[in-house]
Amino acid sequence: MRFSGLRVLTEGLTGNRGWRPHWRDPDPRPEYDIVIIGGGGHGLSTAYYLAREHGLSNIAVLEKGYIGGGNVGRNTTIVRANYGLPGNSEFYSHSLKLWEGLEQELNYNVMMSQRGVLNLCHSDGQRDAFARRANAMVNQGDDAILLDRAGVRRLVPYLDFDNIRFPIYGGLYHPRGGTARHDAVAWGYARGADGRGVDIVQNCEVTGIDIDNGRVTGVQTSRGAIRAKKVGIVVAGRSGQVAAMAGMRLPVESHILQAFVTEGLKPVIDHVVTFGMGHFYISQSDKGGLVFGGDLDFYASYAQRGNLPMQEHVMEAAMTLMPVIGKARVLRSWGGIMDMSPDGSPIIDRTHIDGLYLNCGWCYGGFKAVPASGNCFAHLIAQDRPHPAATRFRLDRFRTGVGLMDEEGTGAQHNLH
Amino acid sequence: MRIPCPICGSRDIREFDYMGHAQALDRPDPGAGAQAWDDYLHNRDNPAGPTRDLWFHGMGCGAWLVVERDTVSHEVTGATLARDVKGGAA
Repeated sequence: MRFSGLRVLTEGLTGNRGWRPHWRDPDPRPEYDIVIIGGGGHGLSTAYYLAREHGLSNIAVLEKGYIGGGNVGRNTTIVRANYGLPGNSEFYSHSLKLWEGLEQELNYNVMMSQRGVLNLCHSDGQRDAFARRANAMVNQGDDAILLDRAGVRRLVPYLDFDNIRFPIYGGLYHPRGGTARHDAVAWGYARGADGRGVDIVQNCEVTGIDIDNGRVTGVQTSRGAIRAKKVGIVVAGRSGQVAAMAGMRLPVESHILQAFVTEGLKPVIDHVVTFGMGHFYISQSDKGGLVFGGDLDFYASYAQRGNLPMQEHVMEAAMTLMPVIGKARVLRSWGGIMDMSPDGSPIIDRTHIDGLYLNCGWCYGGFKAVPASGNCFAHLIAQDRPHPAATRFRLDRFRTGVGLMDEEGTGAQHNLH
Repeated sequence: MRIPCPICGSRDIREFDYMGHAQALDRPDPGAGAQAWDDYLHNRDNPAGPTRDLWFHGMGCGAWLVVERDTVSHEVTGATLARDVKGGAA
C-alpha cells in the first residue's frame, strides 16, 4: 500500500474504507537468521536497513510492549547534526542526511521539519566555544551560522535578551536541524521493515539469551524460545538488564529525563531554541503545543516519570528565557529512561560473544540518531565490520581510554553528562 | 522523594547531590589490574529495582550517605552514613 496525495484524496471521498494496518502482527517463528531485541526507533530502523541494504529478510524484531510505546514516543523530536568531535560529527552528519531523504525512502509522512536549531550563548567564552563548534560542523560538511545578538533578535524577538544573569550574546544557528513526528518515524520504519519480510513481534519480552561455547544461539522470550544466528541488543534504558542475560556489565547507568507539553497555541516558536545555561530547550509541535524539557533528574531511575524539583527548575528556566511562556498552561509531563554512558557518546559494537551485537549509550540524544543508528548497526550485524560513520563507537574505549568522545570536556565519568 | 538523613532526619532531595552507585566505596587495590579498575570506574549493575547509591547532603549536614531505594518506584527505604559502610559490608 503506497501513500500519495491522490490516494489520500480518493480515500477521503470514499469514506476512508481502503486503509489497512501498516504492518502485520505475526506470532514469532521458532528460528530466524537475525533477532533484534527492542522494537524502538533504533531497533526498527536496524531491521529496515538489514532488509533494505543487505538483502536480509529472515529477521524478527522483538518488542516487549508495543511499537512506539518506549523512548521513540517519549522524546522531544529534535533532529540535528551539531556535534564537535570526530566520531560523533560524521555519525550525526550521516544521520541528518538520512533524515532528509527519509519520507521519500519510507513513503511515509514523518513530518520532517527543518525549521532550524538555535543554541544561545551568554558569555564571550561560550561564544568562542560556539565558533569552534560551528567550524567543526562546517568542516564536516554541515551547516552552521554564528549569529550576533542582533541576528538572534531577528530570528526570535520574543526572548528576554537582557536577563541579568544570562543576557543573550548570540547564538549558533543550524538551519538544517529541526523536528520530526516521532511516532511516525517508528511507524514508518516498522511498515518499511514489515513490507520487506521482517516479523515485528509485539508483547514479546526477552527473558534470556542462549549462548553455547561463546556463540549466541538464540533467545528465550515470554512467547517461547527463538533460535537465531545473530542477535542485536537495542534496548536503550533497559540495556543493563538485557546485557546481564549474556553475563555482561555495561558502562551504562539509566536515568530519568522529563519533558513537557503545553496546551495547543497558535504558532509562536518557529525554531528549536536551546538555552543550555538554563538546561532548557523548546519547540512548537504542529498541533501547537509547546514541547520543552530540561536536564536529567540526576539519579538512577527506571520510573518513566520524574520528580517535582526538576519540573520546577525547568519552569523557572522557561520563565527566565521567555517570560511570554508564563501564560501558557502545561498539559502533561512524562519521563523517559536514558541509557547514560560515561563519556556521553553511544556504543555500536560487537561483544565478546560471537553473533551478539550491542547498540546502547544514547544518553538523551537518541531520537536524532534513529536513522544512522539503525543504518550503522545493520551494517555491523550484516558484514561484521563497522560502518565508516560509526567506527569510533567502541565498547572498549572506556577500558582502554583510547577514543573517548567527551563532547562536554568533563571527563569520562558517570553522572557528569 | 525525601531522604532519611541519619543526622538531620527526613529531608527533601533538593538538599542532596546524587553521586552514583555505592560501588564507588569499593575502591580496588591500586595494583588490582585494568579489568578491576574498568569495572569500578565504568561498568554498572544498573539495577531496575532495589539499589544502593551515594548522596551528599550538601545543603544539610555535609554527610555522605548510602541510600537504599528502588529505581522503579522511587521509594526510599533507608540511609546510612557512608563512613559506617566504607570498608565494612559494602
